Amino acid sequence: MLTARQARQAIGGGVLALTLVSLFVAIAVIALLSWDTGRAGSRLMTAYTWRILFFTIWQAFLSTLLSVGLAVPVALALARRPSFPGRIWIIRLMAVPMGLPVLIGALGLIGIWGRQGMANQSLLAIGVSQPVSIYGLSGILIAHVFFNLPLATRLLLASLERLPAEYWLIASSLGMKPFSVFRLIEWPALRRVAPGVAGLVYMLCATSFTLVLVLGGGPAATTLEVAIYQSLHFDFDPPRAIALAFLQIGVTTILLALISVFPAPEAWGLTAGRLPRRFDGSGFGSKAWDAIVIAIAAVFLVLPLASIAISGLHADLIRLASSDIFVKAAATSLSIALVSGLVAVGFSILVINARSAISQAASAGAGLKSLSAALAGLSSLVLLVPPVVLGTGWFLALRPMGDISRFAPILVALVNALMALPFAMRVIAPAMEAHRIRTGRLSASLGLAGWSRIRHIDFPVLIRPMLMALSFAMALSLGDLGAVALFGSSDFTTLPWLVYNRLASYRSNDADGLALILGIICLALTMIGTAGRERERPNA
Amino acid sequence: MPEKILPGIELDNVELRLGARPFRFDCTIAAGAITAITGASGAGKSTLLNLVAGFSTPASGTIRIAGEDVTRSHPSGRPVSIIFQDNNLFAHLDITTNIGLGISPSLRLSRNDKAQIEYALDRVGLHGFGKRMPPELSGGERQRVAFARALVRQRPVLILDEPFAALDPGLRQSMRILLLDLHRETGNTVLLVTHDPEEVRRLADHVIFIEDGKVLVRAEKTEFFQLDIEPLRHFLNDS
Repeated sequence: MLTARQARQAIGGGVLALTLVSLFVAIAVIALLSWDTGRAGSRLMTAYTWRILFFTIWQAFLSTLLSVGLAVPVALALARRPSFPGRIWIIRLMAVPMGLPVLIGALGLIGIWGRQGMANQSLLAIGVSQPVSIYGLSGILIAHVFFNLPLATRLLLASLERLPAEYWLIASSLGMKPFSVFRLIEWPALRRVAPGVAGLVYMLCATSFTLVLVLGGGPAATTLEVAIYQSLHFDFDPPRAIALAFLQIGVTTILLALISVFPAPEAWGLTAGRLPRRFDGSGFGSKAWDAIVIAIAAVFLVLPLASIAISGLHADLIRLASSDIFVKAAATSLSIALVSGLVAVGFSILVINARSAISQAASAGAGLKSLSAALAGLSSLVLLVPPVVLGTGWFLALRPMGDISRFAPILVALVNALMALPFAMRVIAPAMEAHRIRTGRLSASLGLAGWSRIRHIDFPVLIRPMLMALSFAMALSLGDLGAVALFGSSDFTTLPWLVYNRLASYRSNDADGLALILGIICLALTMIGTAGRERERPNA
Repeated sequence: MPEKILPGIELDNVELRLGARPFRFDCTIAAGAITAITGASGAGKSTLLNLVAGFSTPASGTIRIAGEDVTRSHPSGRPVSIIFQDNNLFAHLDITTNIGLGISPSLRLSRNDKAQIEYALDRVGLHGFGKRMPPELSGGERQRVAFARALVRQRPVLILDEPFAALDPGLRQSMRILLLDLHRETGNTVLLVTHDPEEVRRLADHVIFIEDGKVLVRAEKTEFFQLDIEPLRHFLNDS
């Protein structure tokens, strides 16, 4: 359906994107490898690295167990109550942590679970002598549950809501008791998606950087990513950073291989279209249980958010927003976000176009097929080699060329772009595929091509999903501390870096104000970036 | 008239494999007549259509339209207009623009072209619809716009892929009359893919019956309905 020239251009674009991304990652890895490998090898097997590896795996395991384990009753309760007032707001609340910069969430959690926070004050009031610590393992677990319980709940709930409405009718006409409903209907649905959900959450927790940096950090509570950062930033011990970086790549490789075995969880079907009527759970006990479960989850999520808003409003927002350092950091952050968003969207288009051209080719040879597979794997490459590792490699590669802060903005933008690539592709790919199905044959038969086709056919339809992806990618970059942590300095400051610095220097009032501003910007961008997803879902 | 003698479309030992399924078409489609392509679902009707329109390329064999080898031509390079069952219009472009794309893909339209578009709209009974958007129109009206576009394209071959299947039975009859009128007016070669025996009866001059990826029967319409072989009986009774 594509002319030979169109197909050549599309495939050429894919090769270009693949080459550039691979080069970007390869240069970082080669820089790591060629930096005195002898000494790095000796650092691989120290008690220190093993302790950090163990902690990384262990905290991720506990975080996953808690997040997914606690998400199950919440999802079951929300599925059992398809229409109570405010339900839609609780579902929307579950989407907030996804769009919130991790650092901002950490601030909110400290506000609630810190020594002076509401949670510990109430625990003391009811006579618990040992307060919960927001620092160390317990803090990391609380934070990981805060960010991942809502994600797991949404995915599990979606799997329950995808069940045909007739199931509940049949269950009630057969007179199934709650436990039978769980055993025969709910559990089989959850069991299908649970491994995928747990894999996703485990991956996120194992590669978590910012939360561990802020809440952990001591030798007893440090993950690989944070240890890499500390090796470079505080101790300047590149061999140790390199050894840790390879451990990290090893861990993510194993995880990705394990995850790829399970079906990927999908959020479609979530509260779209008509909701089923549920006939079970009408007893008082069941109602009370569901109400308590939903209320606890909602309060757990709302309190830190409220804490960000309240303490942020206490700060002198006008003074903060008009200070030179804020204006400069905001300008830096926004330009980095814009560049990284544009790169992410541009590369997504190249990759999607190339894969679509290959899939349409009448006789794709082995070469083209492996190109298509490589393009599909491109976004996993980013997961494989996390931002801190990429940053470390480039840090070492560029150090001989002089002042790192000269290259820092473009490096951070590119690392952010890579991080955003999988998300941008997930927004754009279905839209481009639907557009191709609708218009591909028609355009081909009318001879629409080149600029005319872009202007009249593609642009008017695809500009919306492209802007959504751009907005989402920008939110990700704006809130990111991972890539900037290595390069940040007084000459090169982004908004999250500024918040982190204020926090580290105990000017927490400023940090709160900045956090509120940044949080609102990122949430707004994420909302734009995910708007209309409901309507695109198949059964909407 | 020499055109009448020329075969409209020839498929000369055209072979293609989709997944594990082999297709082999070897047949001639008469110029200036309406030929219905029919058969059970999945028999290969759409595959034949895709080959003629250029959406699929055969592994071997030759496809000729009006004597010219088009086997490797891009869809837009073939003397063909096509009307699908649905999605014939770009939903975000108004009716005039949708028809105008049939004349110039870059929308460079002369005054004469615009007059032609107006005439075509008139001809399909949609006078004054030019500024409307496709979602405002009914299914039948949208198909009429597709006919108007085929009209301004002035290609000797018109391919229709179940064009009325999504319409109400009442509407189908008036659309059939429109198709016959336009066919008589332009003398084009029409290839009509349909699974509806009624449509074959009312519209076709010739019938090609496809089964299992091959042409099973190629006959004049009257001849076709007198044949008494098993797959055909099945087709005629089931529908």
